[in-house]
This record gives sequence, structure tokens and C-alpha cells, in this order.
Amino acid sequence: MFIPHSPKETEEMLQAVGVKSLEGLFEAVPKTFRFPKLNLPPGLTEMEVVEHLQEMADANESVRELACFLGAGAYHHYVPAAVDSLLRRGEFYTAYTPYQPEISQGTLQSIFEYQSLIVGLTGMDVSNASHYDGATAAAEAAVMAYHHFRGKRTRFILAPSVNPQYREVLRTYMNGYEGLEVSGDEGAPLHSLEELEPLIDMNTAMVLIQYPDFFGRVSDFSNFAAKVHQAGALLAVSANPTALALLKSPGAMGADIVVGEGQPLGIPLSFGGPYLGFFAVKKDFVRKIAGRLVGETVDAEGRRGFVLTLTAREQHIRREKATSNICTNQGLLALAATIYVSLLGKNGLRQVAELCYHKSHYAAERIGSIPGYELVHQGGFFHEFVVKCPQNVEDINAHLLDHGILGGYDLGRDYPQLKDHMLIAVTEMNSKDEIDYLCETLEELSHD
Amino acid sequence: MDVPEHLKYAKTDEWVKVDGNIATIGISDYAQSQLSDIVYFEFKVDVGEEARKDKTIATVESVKAAADVNAPVSGVVVELNESLNDLFETINTDPFGAAWMVKLELADPSEVDQLMDAAAYKKYCEERGH
Amino acid sequence: MIEPTIYELSSPGRIGVRFPEPDVPPAELPASLLREELPLPELAEMDVIRHFTRLSQKNYCIDYGLYPLGSCTMKYNPKINEEAARIPGFAWTHPLQPIETVQGNLALMYELQEYIKEIGGFAAVSLQPAAGAQGEFTGVMIIRAYHKSRGDEKRTKMLIPDSAHGTNPATSAMSGYEVVSLPTDSRGNVDLAALRTVADDTVAGLMLTNPNTLGLFDENVCDVAGIIHECGGLVYGDGANMNALLGIAKPGELGIDVMHFNLHKTFSTPHGGGGPGSGPVGVGEQLVDFLPGPIVTVLEEGDDEVAPLFGLSMPKKTIGRVKSFHGQFGMLVRAYTYITMHGPDGLRKISEYAVLNANYLLARLGGKYHLPYKRLCMHEFVVEGVWPDAPDIHALDVAKRLMDYDFHPPTNYFPLIVHEALMIEPTETENKQTLDKFAEVLVKIAEEAHTQPELLKNAPHNTPVGRMDEVKAAKELVLCCWLPETPA
Repeated sequence: MFIPHSPKETEEMLQAVGVKSLEGLFEAVPKTFRFPKLNLPPGLTEMEVVEHLQEMADANESVRELACFLGAGAYHHYVPAAVDSLLRRGEFYTAYTPYQPEISQGTLQSIFEYQSLIVGLTGMDVSNASHYDGATAAAEAAVMAYHHFRGKRTRFILAPSVNPQYREVLRTYMNGYEGLEVSGDEGAPLHSLEELEPLIDMNTAMVLIQYPDFFGRVSDFSNFAAKVHQAGALLAVSANPTALALLKSPGAMGADIVVGEGQPLGIPLSFGGPYLGFFAVKKDFVRKIAGRLVGETVDAEGRRGFVLTLTAREQHIRREKATSNICTNQGLLALAATIYVSLLGKNGLRQVAELCYHKSHYAAERIGSIPGYELVHQGGFFHEFVVKCPQNVEDINAHLLDHGILGGYDLGRDYPQLKDHMLIAVTEMNSKDEIDYLCETLEELSHD
Repeated sequence: MDVPEHLKYAKTDEWVKVDGNIATIGISDYAQSQLSDIVYFEFKVDVGEEARKDKTIATVESVKAAADVNAPVSGVVVELNESLNDLFETINTDPFGAAWMVKLELADPSEVDQLMDAAAYKKYCEERGH
Repeated sequence: MIEPTIYELSSPGRIGVRFPEPDVPPAELPASLLREELPLPELAEMDVIRHFTRLSQKNYCIDYGLYPLGSCTMKYNPKINEEAARIPGFAWTHPLQPIETVQGNLALMYELQEYIKEIGGFAAVSLQPAAGAQGEFTGVMIIRAYHKSRGDEKRTKMLIPDSAHGTNPATSAMSGYEVVSLPTDSRGNVDLAALRTVADDTVAGLMLTNPNTLGLFDENVCDVAGIIHECGGLVYGDGANMNALLGIAKPGELGIDVMHFNLHKTFSTPHGGGGPGSGPVGVGEQLVDFLPGPIVTVLEEGDDEVAPLFGLSMPKKTIGRVKSFHGQFGMLVRAYTYITMHGPDGLRKISEYAVLNANYLLARLGGKYHLPYKRLCMHEFVVEGVWPDAPDIHALDVAKRLMDYDFHPPTNYFPLIVHEALMIEPTETENKQTLDKFAEVLVKIAEEAHTQPELLKNAPHNTPVGRMDEVKAAKELVLCCWLPETPA
């Protein structure tokens, strides 16, 4: 299988090492604990494992079979065949972090291009080579802000309309620091950003908002950004990259840090991972950014090439003085996003964003007109919206599932005030027929 | 390797020049040559802040290494050489002159006496090799 | 050949993928919120395919040749893993689907949790951490939460042997601990005398990499754990080197209380040019309630006819989430596939041959490189890439010269406790011929270092680009395809 040694070779090698048997290699391991029995099923052949895995996968229902109206941080988009075709090249996926630039220019240049695309989408100046996902990127923004103020500003304000899981991860990360206050998200979830303003003071390190927010809403936050800056604090914005092809960039509205989940850019839903956290900042913070950066330079003969740069700040050199322990990032997923955006380009990505926009607005209008269902948005939204339902969301979703529809997200799970509220996502994958069918099926319940 | 006679030196390769109760601090020629090309410099204290002996007052980064600059003596920060934020190359070219980093108002002048003089520091560097 | 960037290849009006026209009446776009310009390239599908194919050809990779990066376990990545993760029933499930519709995913995760528990000798496992570094962070936060839950607030120190993995000190500092470094003794073990002098009731724990970064199994591991437990601390195990221990020893039985596993090292999930990784964490009985969640549990027991019902739950005193959703699921599918194919005997064989390969390679070097600790090694070893009678040559030069012979260099300048370190991990998937060839080349380079040092100093000679100007990169900081405008 994957161990190539013939019995004869094993024998020769043991002899060269000077031990009698394979067991003889392990005498440093305390005898009592050496060679424990592993209580695992016996190994399967490739042929058997394929069948076994297919059976497991068959126990799932995927969005290939269900009409998917579920989003809430992970979105069903079309991934062109060329993306996976390139990702399957062993030259990409069986390489490691490009420590040796001479034989890693493929990875390095593609990360450089990735950084450029993220800079373009977010309207920022610098992007790093990625984080684990949108949630950890948001947490790293808080870590950066903490170090930017050298720990002297201790308040971190989170809008309640930031993805609940992002807020949770950020709190886990900030737990290692003593004396911090992470707050702002206790209030009514659907209120506007202005209501956070009284909380922002000279002790505030960072304010985190989301665009479009967790409820899908979009608005110009330029004035809010100015308020944050008046207090000398940093504004971090978690953004959806598809929306950024259509809408004003967070950079143009005054964000200091833009993070987000890159999954919509050509990455399969894959039950939540691996995804891609993007992280971009304004120029002033370039040397504060955690994670890896690729920079352009030349070789000894003056040929253009790329290297990992500013590595002296990283954990293996700075050890306990490093601001982050991040080592591996999401290299292959950053490559997927780079290929996806290259294929779609400026016009294709904008087209996807517009399709999401038109279809979700059609769906919202139709659902809003079903008796018993009520749209709760006041302002604009991108491709997700909140509906107040005539009964509890779990029951509605069970009914939808019976009809082959994966219903929206039950907001009551995270926000007690939003019991019976469903968050519905619509992308280019949802046809008009599918949307109409969703509406008809919902209608059946409004008559109960 | 340059080791000016009139300065005092710490084991962590900072130099100190004392004028009355003001101590000027930088890093030595030996330190900059060990780090090689400096690519970044950042202060870790503000004016008015108290810097106790051994507290990190700045960090210096080269391509290969990052080093903390520690206060060799205690005192209140009275001035920062802000020009280093952009012109950090001068740490390589003029470590004892243009690349001074921080001025402190000495809290305990006797701490200065515990530092090495030029001859002792020169010997200390030679022991560590180049 | 210089490959242009996607921006340089761009031609206005080209498009790589078309999408259908809207089948719904268009809604009015929000005029005041629309962006005016979108600086993205415009390419056709074949432009994209050729560009990335050409870029890929500038990479060295495991599918091409030996990749002996110490502490990274660059073993062969079986192709079946890639097929497995792409089975549509796995790849196209949404993380927030009702649990009834993802029982296959949950069953796979549950079984993987069970397998990792068994392999490591732990009471419970969380698959959530996204990578080794995050697994480490998780482990240290668990230690912190454990002490806090007992009202034991005085423990502020984390002990870290100087032979530990490079991320350990940064992780401890992130988690609010003061790092205390421990020396290594003359056999490459943790110095027990030094450990005894610092082990007191201010110690939260110790982070042990075993085998350590010298590739040596700590012969006193049980004593080390005993001393820490006696002073009330916990032992964190860095699982980066687990490839030496499958079926050889269970860390949980050796006294490790919490440990992360690197699925992308030990369990063959690909490194992907720097991620994604996956870093599940296993814990002993007393730490089960602190694991990050959600973890997969059995909600209703099954029987011969009915499959059990699996669900997701949060441990009672959890440190919280460390990432969104349920971990790097696609990586979990790959690791599950790998473990399932090996079974208990196959797993032990992995470690036996990983250790055999490392020791064989070391023997074949015939003393041409200085070995600081003379013992049988585990899955990797560290030698010095420097000779007293070749004063101009450094480990870096040896590393660069290896590329001319078509090998990927080993890890260099790590661990820091070995002067001019070359850290070599061949893994079990390399055959004898490759190891023989690699050893010959290393011996030849040692000769060249003495006879033709300029060959090493100017290496590599045959790669797409030569040694890069890293100072220029760091000073000028060109980080994207155009220069950002200077803010007004």
C-alpha cells in the first residue's frame, strides 16, 4: 500500500541500523507502555473503504438533492469545474508552506495574487495569506487591535448583528487576556449601529460589525466609522465577499480591518470546513498583521519572484513574544478562491452578486405576501432576509424537509428575542421555480 | 566593530549615554551587525511612561531575527526618536548617533554604575564571536 | 521563465464563466450603496488553466520527490483520500442542516473521535481545532480553564523544554501564561534536576513534545509527568510527532493529560501548500468537560437493525468554540479514510517504518554530519550543517544545494538548540532506493563543502529562480499586484 519496503529491504535496513528487529527500535519507550493493543476495526482495502464511505455519505441528504435556502455563514454557490480540476494538481496540494522560495514560486505567486484579489474586493491596502475561517479571522482582528494599543485599551465592542459563532470564537480567543471587556451584543439584535455609539469610549480598542450583517442587512456605515475613529478606536468589518462585487467596499466606508468568510468564493459547503478566513488592513497596520504575507522581490539575477516576508514576527523566531501562534493557514482554499475569482473575473462575480440580489428580493417579496409571514427588514438587504413565521421554525423546517426543501436558519437558537424568526438565504443556485415552490409549501402552513 | 569609549553597555547590547539625569539609549554596533539589515522598528513605550530596568522599550526586526530593546536603567520616558519609525535603516548605519532610540529621566543613577564600560563590553562581544 | 500575474494577463471584456440570465423580475439595486469600480482581472477559462498549470510546475511537491521536512511529516497523501472528501454526500452538506439529514457525517465524526481516543489513550476528543497551532491553543486554554474551575488562581507559569515545538511559547503567551524554559540534558531528555527546581504550585503545566524536536523519545517521560502532576500541574502533549508513536505508545498512558493531533501530518491529509490542517484535541478524564465544542454524541443508542442517532453537543464547562461549525470536516473525511484502511496493525507499521527509515538514513550518512545526541532516533533526526574545516558553509547552503540534486531541503535552523540544524524526517512512505540516493547526495554535498564551497554558496543553480532578495522584499513591501495609493 503506502509502505514500499520488501521483506528483504527491511532486513538490510535493520542490519545497517544495527538492530535485530523493528521492535528493537523502540527501547527508549518505557516497557510497560510499549506496543499497546489498539482496539480498532481491522484495516480495509481501498475497494472496501470506497463502499463503506459511500454508504455513510448516502445517510446524508445534500444540497444536491434538497432545495437549499439555508445560509447563516455558509452559502451554496456554483463552483465551476475548472476550480477543482486545478486544485487536484499534486504540485499544489502535496506541497507545504513555501519556506524554500526557489522551488515554491507556484504557491508563492498564487498567494500574492490571492492577496491582490482580496485587496481589490475589500478596498483595503494589504491582505495576508489567510486564516482558518471567517470566525477566527474576526478573532485575530481583536488580537491585532489589542496589541496595536499595547493592551492599554481594554474594551471590545461587538454588534449584536455579527454572526453569533464569530462572537463566540472571538470571546474564546480573548479569554487568555486578563481584564478585557467584550460587550455590546446584549441588546436587541435588530437595532441599528447608532445604538452602539454611546458605548464607544477612549478605552475602546475595536468595534466589530458585519456587512451584510448576520440578518442580511446592508447600510452605509461611513458615519459610524467616523464615530469609532473619533474615539481613536479601530473599526473591524466582517464582510461577505460575494456582496463586495456589487456593494461599496468596507475600505471606502472607513474600515481599518476587513475580515470575512471566503467560502462563497468557490469552496464547497463540506459540512462547515475547510473554509477560508480572509484578513485585510489599511497600510498603517501592515506590520501588525498576524499570519503569513507574500511579497514581491527579485533573485540574485534580478528575475522577479516572491517570498514569505516579515517572517521575523512569527512564532518560530519571536517565540513567546509573537502576537499569534498561527503557522499553517488555509493555503489550498486561498488557491481555490483565487482560481474562482480569476475565472469569474470582474463581470462574472458581479453577475453572481446581482443574481443573488434579484432572486432574494423576489423571494422576500413573495414570502412577505403570504398571510402569517412577515418581513422584518426596514432597510436594504443583499441575499439573506428575516421572516417572522406563524409558528416555530423547527416545525416549519420539518414540513419543508418533507417536501425536499432545506429551510432557513432558526434565529431563535441564538437570539431568544427572535423566536419564530427564520433567516432565509437565496443564491444563484435557487431557480424561480424553486422559490415559488418554497412559497407554496410555506403557504400550506399559514392555513393551519 | 565600533565601541565608543564614553558610553556604558548592557548585556543585552544596549548602550547608554548619561547627561545630567537624562539617559539616552540605543543598540550597539555589535547588535546591529548581528541582526543584519533592519527592516522594521517599533516603540513599545510612550513619552511620560515609566520604564523600569529590563522593560521592553522597542523592538527591532531584520529579515532573520527580531529583538527586543530593553531599558538598561529605570526612568520616565522623556523623548522618543520618532524618525526611526521611517528611517530604521539608520540603526544599521549610525547606531550610536542618528539611531538613538529613547531618552529617560533617570530614576536611580546608581543603576548606571552596574553597566559595562567600553573595554568590558568589547571583551564581552569578542567572547561571543561574530 | 517569468509567469505574468493574473492582472498582467487580464484583457477587458474576457470572461471565464457565464451564468444564466435572471429568471425573476429584477429588483431595484441600491444606487447609493453600489460600488463604482471593482479591480479584478478578466480572463478566459483557458487563460486561467494555463496560468495555474504553469505556476504549479514551479512547485516542488511530495508527488514529485522526497520532502524530508523535519517535524512536518511530509508523507505520501493517498489519492483515495481526495476522492473520499469529494463524495457529493459529504462535500455538499450544509453545516447547519438538521441533524437527521447529516447522520452520515456525524457517524464519521463520531467514529473518528473514537479512533483518535483509542490511538492516543484519551477519554474524549474534540475535532474542532482547525490546525496544530489552534489545537495547541485549545489545549492550553483547557489547562487554564481547569485550574480556574478549581479556584486555583496562582498558577501563572507554563514550563516549556527548549527542545519543544516552535509554536509552544507563542501559544502559552497567547493564553496568558508566563513561559519558563527548561534545559535539555546530555542525552536529549528534559533535564529532571532543572525541572524539580521549578515545579511548584505556581506551575499550570508543562508542554512536552515527545519525541522532541531532536527526534528523540524522552526516556524519562513518566518521571516528567509525575513531577508535574505532583505539583498540581497538567502535562500538555504536542502531537506533531505522533507519526513515531502509532501503536508504539499511547500518550495518555504515559501521563499526558491533553494533546493535539495533526491530521495533516500523522494521518496523511495533504498539506495544501500551507493548509488546511486539522488539529483535534484529546483529553484525559478530568478534562472532558472543558473541550471545545460541539462534539458528536450518541443521542439515541442503536441496535442491530436501527442505526444510532448522532447529535452535536457542547461539553458542560467548555472553553467555547475555537472556530465556526464543526472543524475541518473535509480533512476529517480524509483522515478517517486513512485510519480505516490501516487498522491497528497497519497503524503500528506506519510508525515502525517511519522510525526505521530515519535511523537507516542516519546510518547511511556515515558520520559525515555531526550528530549532537548519539542515540537511536525516532521518526526524525537533527544533524549540524556546518564543519569546523569549512568555515564559510552554513546549513542554509547545504539546504540550497540539495535542490540542485532534485531533493527538497530538510527543515533548517530549527530546533534552535542545535547549531546550524538540519532536521530530517523521511517518513515511512519513502523506499530504500530514494533514501540511498538522498544519503549519497548528502555525503557528496559534505565533500563539496570542503572542496568546492562556491557550489554551495551560489546554490541553487537549476531552479526556476535563484536565491531571493529577502531584504528588498521586507523593506519595500510590495504585497499585491499594484501599489496601494498613499492615503491623502
